[in-house]
Amino acid sequence: MSKNGPFALLFHALVVLFMLAPLVVVCLVAFTPENTLSLPTTHFSLRWFRAVFERADFVDAFYNSLILAFCAATLATLIAVPAALAITRYEFPGRSFFNGLFLSPIIIPHLVLGVALLRLFALMGVNGSFGWLIFAHVLVITPYVLRLVLASAIGLDRSAEHAAQSLGAGRFTLFKQITLPMILPGVAGGWLLAFINSFDEVTLSIFVTSPATQTLPVRMYVYATESIDPMMAAVSALVIGLTALTMILLDRVYGLDRVLVGKQ
Amino acid sequence: MSLFASIRQGRQGYLLSAPALALYVCLLVIPLLLTLVLSFNVFDYSSGINGNAYTLDHYSSLLGDPYFYEIFLRTFWISGLTTLLCVVIGVPEAYILSRMGTPWRSIFLILILTPLLISVVVRAFGWSLLLGADGLVNQTLQALGGSPMKLLYTPFAVVIALVHVMLPFMIIPVWTSLQKLDPAAEQAALSLGASHLTVMRKVVLPQIMPGVLSGTLIVFGLAASSFAIPGLLGGRRLKMVATLIYDQYLSELNWPMGAAIAVALLLLNLLIMLSWNRMIEGRYKKSLG
Repeated sequence: MSKNGPFALLFHALVVLFMLAPLVVVCLVAFTPENTLSLPTTHFSLRWFRAVFERADFVDAFYNSLILAFCAATLATLIAVPAALAITRYEFPGRSFFNGLFLSPIIIPHLVLGVALLRLFALMGVNGSFGWLIFAHVLVITPYVLRLVLASAIGLDRSAEHAAQSLGAGRFTLFKQITLPMILPGVAGGWLLAFINSFDEVTLSIFVTSPATQTLPVRMYVYATESIDPMMAAVSALVIGLTALTMILLDRVYGLDRVLVGKQ
Repeated sequence: MSLFASIRQGRQGYLLSAPALALYVCLLVIPLLLTLVLSFNVFDYSSGINGNAYTLDHYSSLLGDPYFYEIFLRTFWISGLTTLLCVVIGVPEAYILSRMGTPWRSIFLILILTPLLISVVVRAFGWSLLLGADGLVNQTLQALGGSPMKLLYTPFAVVIALVHVMLPFMIIPVWTSLQKLDPAAEQAALSLGASHLTVMRKVVLPQIMPGVLSGTLIVFGLAASSFAIPGLLGGRRLKMVATLIYDQYLSELNWPMGAAIAVALLLLNLLIMLSWNRMIEGRYKKSLG
């Protein structure tokens, strides 16, 4: 079936092992019955998962992250869809500049964005506010939605739109009935990708969250720098599970290979 | 058409991009400018930031202080090594993947690339489990009769975890350029008696070079500014630029100094990216004409 030689396949097996080993180990250690970071040897135990749910700070951080990712992904979609339509269907001076600007947060280090927003929020006196944290996340995840919506809006067959228009459909009806259904995979896929990225974001968030608005990755980061016990593995396993669930959804609505390596 | 006429024509376009533009101006352009200004502000440990007085002190200590110099140097060699390893592992792996049959190809592609979507904190924690004093790697070493080694909190741990995080960013562009490769060209060269090595060197590599180079750029940029990996696996003493900025902001509370380092990091990153681009363009021009 494959044209790869045995040496190539061995190399491939090692790369796959390398990529999966840390994730598999985390999931196994999460089930340890011991007090130390060890692989479960005698039996699997759920005690560290129970420990996570007894920690109010982790539960709160989890809800913070969930609400944050939901709001930020929704806002980012509401902003990115019109912008993508503007870029793909209208000719106007500054169009390619807009395109570059809107995608730029992907290239600028999150750390630099984090300190820049910390300064802005401190001057405005809103540091640690949950509302502004949402907007900070919207900024870093909008490019992901934009990219997917752009990909599905470019090269769209517009004859259906023209037909609807000539039959007297208004702008809003046109968008709702014709355009949106056609770009829906890009919109839904973009929303999910934005959700995952917001849920995982740590570098920017660590600068602009307060103890009350701490997100789960920030809570985990701080916890891991102070102490390491199997509870950390249990939280990590839960995060891996949730991410896997979102990825399955993403695969259903848009196609995981299309998200990861572009159109085939 | 005059500029005004085209601006009027594109009114709809501006209207639709207005929300995005407002967001980017308020939360990207303005904060970056504020940070640039902040990096010139005078700072005093007793009175804090003086917004009305300006100085070049932060930049001169950045250039003169061996402490900063050492951290920048370390960040760049760690990122460079990470990039090199990503090329050495990622390019052959992308090639092997592209030669697999269905369904294995998409299964393994997804398996290798999806760790990209899992929180970097989780992945760093996974590596600390593997590389810890009594982690799996050391247990295996002992079982094989070796003596345990200190792996965690060393540059080695940081590089390994960075390669793990960055590898997908190398595989994706190489994979994309491999998709454009015409298998007939490879077969033609083989049937004309070229060895596999020659085909690799003369047919495959030149065509995937743009992918390799753009991957290199992404990996280096992301590695040089990575924060969570050195923060969790480098320990307190092994500072990189990102963890240094974090310390300046959140423990030293010397924001102007932190801002100066952040500006320097951003500029160095941009400089390397631009000169890398220039160099590649120059080479392609030469080879084409």
